[in-house]
Amino acid sequence: MFYREVGQFKTSYAADQAIFPIRQDRIGLALILLVAFVAIPLLGGEFLIASVMIPFLILALAAIGLNILIGYTGLISLGTAAFMGVGAYACYKLSTLFPQVNILVWILTSGFIACAVGVVFGLPSLRIKGFYLAIATLAAQFFLQWCFGRVGWLYNYNPSGAIEVPGHSLFGVAVTGPSATPVTRYYVVLCIVVAMTWIASNLVHGRIGRNWMAVRDMDIAAQLMGIRLLPAKLLAFAVSSFYAGVAGALMVFIWLGAAEPEAFNINLSFLLLFMVIIGGLGSLLGSFFGAALIHILPIIVRAAPNALGLSVGSATVEHLTYVITGALIIFFLIVEPHGLARLWQIGKQKLRAWPFPY
Amino acid sequence: MRTLNKAALALIATTALTASALPAAAEDSIFVPLFTYRTGPFAGSGISIADGMHDYLSMLNERDGGIGGVKIAVEECETGYDTKKGLECYEAVKPKHPVMVNPWSTGITLSLIPKASVDKTPILSMAYGLSASAMGDIFPWVFNPPDTYWDGMSMILKYIAAQEGGGMEKLKGKKIGYIYLDAGFGKEPLPFLEQLQKDYGFETKLYPVAPAEMQNQAAQWLNVRRDRPDYMVMYGWGALQPTAIKEAVKINYPMEKFLSIWWPSEEDAKGAGEGATGFKTLNWHAATANFPVIADIQKHVADKGKSQAPKAEIGTVLYNRGVYNSMLIAEAIRTAQKITGKKVVDGEDVRRGLEGLNVDAARLKELGMDGFAGPIKLTCADHNGHRPTFIQRFDGTKYVKVSDWIEPLNDKVEPLLQADAKAYAEKNPSWPKRTEACDSKP
Repeated sequence: MFYREVGQFKTSYAADQAIFPIRQDRIGLALILLVAFVAIPLLGGEFLIASVMIPFLILALAAIGLNILIGYTGLISLGTAAFMGVGAYACYKLSTLFPQVNILVWILTSGFIACAVGVVFGLPSLRIKGFYLAIATLAAQFFLQWCFGRVGWLYNYNPSGAIEVPGHSLFGVAVTGPSATPVTRYYVVLCIVVAMTWIASNLVHGRIGRNWMAVRDMDIAAQLMGIRLLPAKLLAFAVSSFYAGVAGALMVFIWLGAAEPEAFNINLSFLLLFMVIIGGLGSLLGSFFGAALIHILPIIVRAAPNALGLSVGSATVEHLTYVITGALIIFFLIVEPHGLARLWQIGKQKLRAWPFPY
Repeated sequence: MRTLNKAALALIATTALTASALPAAAEDSIFVPLFTYRTGPFAGSGISIADGMHDYLSMLNERDGGIGGVKIAVEECETGYDTKKGLECYEAVKPKHPVMVNPWSTGITLSLIPKASVDKTPILSMAYGLSASAMGDIFPWVFNPPDTYWDGMSMILKYIAAQEGGGMEKLKGKKIGYIYLDAGFGKEPLPFLEQLQKDYGFETKLYPVAPAEMQNQAAQWLNVRRDRPDYMVMYGWGALQPTAIKEAVKINYPMEKFLSIWWPSEEDAKGAGEGATGFKTLNWHAATANFPVIADIQKHVADKGKSQAPKAEIGTVLYNRGVYNSMLIAEAIRTAQKITGKKVVDGEDVRRGLEGLNVDAARLKELGMDGFAGPIKLTCADHNGHRPTFIQRFDGTKYVKVSDWIEPLNDKVEPLLQADAKAYAEKNPSWPKRTEACDSKP
């Protein structure tokens, strides 16, 4: 009744090709941005901002990177956490070598370093596919994590073997380190994530994205149509690693404040893979859904007994969280194997016909 | 339907009542969050510690009505030894104004250290965390009594030298294997070992164990068999320890020459069966239940069913360690009450309490801990104490003290601590200078 495009006429090709052709969608997006930029910082508590929203946005950014690789180009990767680590360690090295440079410049630069490393490990993708490629990227995961723990130069020979983030400020406001308020950190992350999502959206809807999807659907056919496979696949690896690298730098500098090599272990790679699969392969929105389900849902489940006034042991809550989150993941996958993004799409279709379905 | 409505009304009323009662209760209690891990790969070590910490504080609540007449609000937060979850716990407890945090993980400690001075919440990382945080001038908000990992290493080496029949010079030409958790904690002694290796002319062989590979150490022990080190030293935690002991038994490594830092429990050694007899660890407190304080915990907490600990666990090494940790918490709060004259203290007061902490033999006796552990005194400059420890030997069922108190090599540890603390402050250009006043006159 409310959600239909009746009466919305398009008078130009640009309007017809818009990503959000329906006015209600555009309003919805504006509302979400308004909530993210205004309502959450104004009304949200410190816990909501620092422990829910910042990690959620950073994980969503990494999931977008992985989605470009798996969902759009069809190349399975198990090395995302390692590429995040490359970004984090590069940012650490750069910011300690040249502390006077704006930290945002280093966060983005470290994305490019991760991008270069990603391309190197993406080279085998021309020859191998599917699970075999997953194993090749697994090598990246182990090798890079080994480097983070073993190459002393990377962590400035700290006796603890961990990297600690010094305080940095931006236009006189602290953005990293302990004196940075959660709201400032949130805005930095939000701006980067929104900008990079917008760029990713333009990439996947344009020529490059179509190349990737052609390669994903059938690479021989794509080759026959004149798409050069090596550049297309390497570009996917490069862009994906860039996103992972920036997410990794943000994770250490804005979220954790210090990190051991363990922070970038294979579990994180798997977690991101689950986010992409549960959220929806080949969907940017799905990356956000996946990150929300994997990161925010356990927090809600953990907080539930307290909010209901039940006293349950902390370990029991943790076990329950695992059980409930696991069950919900299975539930969502059974209800819609193509992920939450598809569920959302179906919901929207139904809403268009509501209240008179046909 | 009516009864249903009534029930619903009653429910709403009680929720409203408890909701309105909560803030009032919060004001006259002292909030102590406990970061624990009863799940995950480190739960094997974490459960006993969590129980010990929890039970001692509950006992104070039950027996004395808290500390200085103020109830302690204890709340556990499950971290699973995961830094990300630990930070989440920290953010979750922050609005309730904790008087101190006990992260129980080196990774979480490292993330929290910079936050401590900003949030005015002291960190008590008992014998773990950043060794350099012993320097109170640079880390006014971080405390790591009674020993650093470097102290621990020096005491192990001293014991080895004594076994060889003399002073540290006896280490010359010896081959010492070091098996460790390949994370911040296990790697920390490496520069120290390197230094001592040069000074005393022994050789070290390193056997790192990645956290993901804790339960699979066949490769490391194959190398041990090849290298034949004269002594093995272990810095492990969680599943690493029982696996290492099992593997050592499997390759017939002489257990009397297998020493560990203070973390293995009885269960870790028992898993390897008879062969584990002779395994040695460092410790600074008793590993039995024959103390009035433990009896009080039995009476006031365990017997009333308020403890999660099974009966056999009470009085074991790690349970007692949790008790010791909570004793430090409680004594710091009591000292803070004494210094400030306030009943309900906050984080800033407890920081002063920790710096004025002085648990001498007489006080230990009052606490029912006579002979449980050595006395400890912290100062503004020294946040660690560098207390002596002893070696305990596993006899097949329990640990038995087999050595005298061994003093750490302070002349070797101190310069490294100083250099490291200075480097930490220098690498963080914005690291705050200490502005907190010192209560005790030096």
